[in-house]
Amino acid sequence: MTGIVALYIFMLAAFTGYEVIAKVPVILHTPLMSGSNFVHGIVLVGAMVALGNAVTPLEKTIGFVGVLLAAGNAVGGYAVTERMLEMFKSSGARGGKQGGGKGAH
Amino acid sequence: MDVTFSAAALIQASYLLTAFLFIMGLKRMSSPVTARSGILWAGAGMLVATLATFFYPGLTNFPLIIVAIVIGSSIAWFSGRRVAMTDIPQMIALYNGMGGGAAAAIAAVELYRGEQTSTAGATLAVVGGIIGAVSFSGSLIAFGKLQGLIRKSLRFGGQQLLNLLILAAALLLGGLIAAGVLLTPAAVTGLFAAALLLGLSMTLPIGGADMPVVISLYNALTGLAVAFEGFVLGNAAMIIAGTVVGSAGTLLTQLMAKAMNRSLGNVLFSGFGDSAGAATGGAIAGSMKPIEAADVGVMMAFAQKVIIVPGYGMAVAQAQHKVWELCQLLIDRGVTVRFAIHPVAGRMPGHMNVLLAEAGVPYDLIADLDEINAEFDTADVALIIGANDVVNPVARNDKSSPIYGMPILNADKAKNVIVIKRGQGAGFSGIENALFYLDNTRMLYGDGQAAAAALITAVKSV
Repeated sequence: MTGIVALYIFMLAAFTGYEVIAKVPVILHTPLMSGSNFVHGIVLVGAMVALGNAVTPLEKTIGFVGVLLAAGNAVGGYAVTERMLEMFKSSGARGGKQGGGKGAH
Repeated sequence: MDVTFSAAALIQASYLLTAFLFIMGLKRMSSPVTARSGILWAGAGMLVATLATFFYPGLTNFPLIIVAIVIGSSIAWFSGRRVAMTDIPQMIALYNGMGGGAAAAIAAVELYRGEQTSTAGATLAVVGGIIGAVSFSGSLIAFGKLQGLIRKSLRFGGQQLLNLLILAAALLLGGLIAAGVLLTPAAVTGLFAAALLLGLSMTLPIGGADMPVVISLYNALTGLAVAFEGFVLGNAAMIIAGTVVGSAGTLLTQLMAKAMNRSLGNVLFSGFGDSAGAATGGAIAGSMKPIEAADVGVMMAFAQKVIIVPGYGMAVAQAQHKVWELCQLLIDRGVTVRFAIHPVAGRMPGHMNVLLAEAGVPYDLIADLDEINAEFDTADVALIIGANDVVNPVARNDKSSPIYGMPILNADKAKNVIVIKRGQGAGFSGIENALFYLDNTRMLYGDGQAAAAALITAVKSV
């Protein structure tokens, strides 16, 4: 990947992130923050590569801690986000439509 | 060679799919109707990327990788499944800190190895490492504060100057490392020590009330750190996901700060947020007038309309189930019941909605600030339970108050205001609440859950 291509990816991804949540209602701020917290758990793949290429004991130790933390980020982020959104479904049956219209103004 | 090529192609295709699933997942999470499926999409993306990475060319140390994943995942899964809904904000802080720490760890491995091919790569590793480390230690402090492990906010003169000096030291070391002038293990250690220290000293002075904004900021920073380390590793999935979170998180931080009527700079540098000290200007005239639960029960049972204003205190007392039971009794008697939710009720915007949803309160009874404020005029009873600053009228009329200008719920406009409160102390921000001293306000002292139970008994016996 050349530098300029990487910069294009960076720029387009930044716009995407902004647009995707630009109209989010207040009631979803907490779940969405938790959800985006889960998404940066993708650091796990980088940590796996770092540990997978580690040679010295120091590199291995840091890499091990990195993978452990990253897995915690991804799995923990998923667990709490899923739990929160689960509840939105259960009460959404009665008033989900109202909840959807609310805050979108 | 051929095998390696196809493995690389498979990984690239998987990462592309992951990026698509993440963006679609976040998009779906931004609407209540599709939110539930959004996390499933994003979860599928994470699974695809993780599995594909096992086929990364030239990777070794698989036993270590698997052991680390199993340990990290199990701890996080069980803590995330078992945590009470009230404690969700600090868990987000904790998991976010772990992500920042992982990004910093990637940078550390790269930098300790000391084989940077380009200055640009080394610079990105350094910057991502600093941001990740700051997010790591800062998030842990945020976790400690919300969990109640750290009660005091450490503040002293020249604190901002000290933070600036630490930042300057980190940047100087980082610059020397990136330029290849000082690429020694000692310098790398110094760099991370400075960055970790910066996260601590930046977060310690910030009060508990401002923590949601800070967590949101660190969430965005972790995203950015992940993106930078993605550049270093040439990993498109990390660049895209990290950048999307970085920009989405920045926007979310701004929205939250706005909902709290605070600028981001104000949150980070003003040191207000848990004890305003000599907060308000004029002393508040009048006294708090107590009332018995039985009287409140009668008042509510014969009311036309009751508006409940829940705050974080209600959730702490685990009173939301009892409050909903009380509301059902009132609804059965023909009373119109509404819940008024301030944007920052709970510990984060939207947190109170989650807590009420947990208790089974349907959405059509829940109104946000703009919807409900016109309705307080027609309400017979406004029942404040565990809320404080968000109903404090000084935000409307006392220019000397730190919360002046913050949008509040106009509970004081109701015919009768009942405040359920444990004692006579000030709120989360330490600011005296003028609402408690109004002529139409009565104080029902007691624990939220006990008070709600007493009200249920009172309404039943009417």
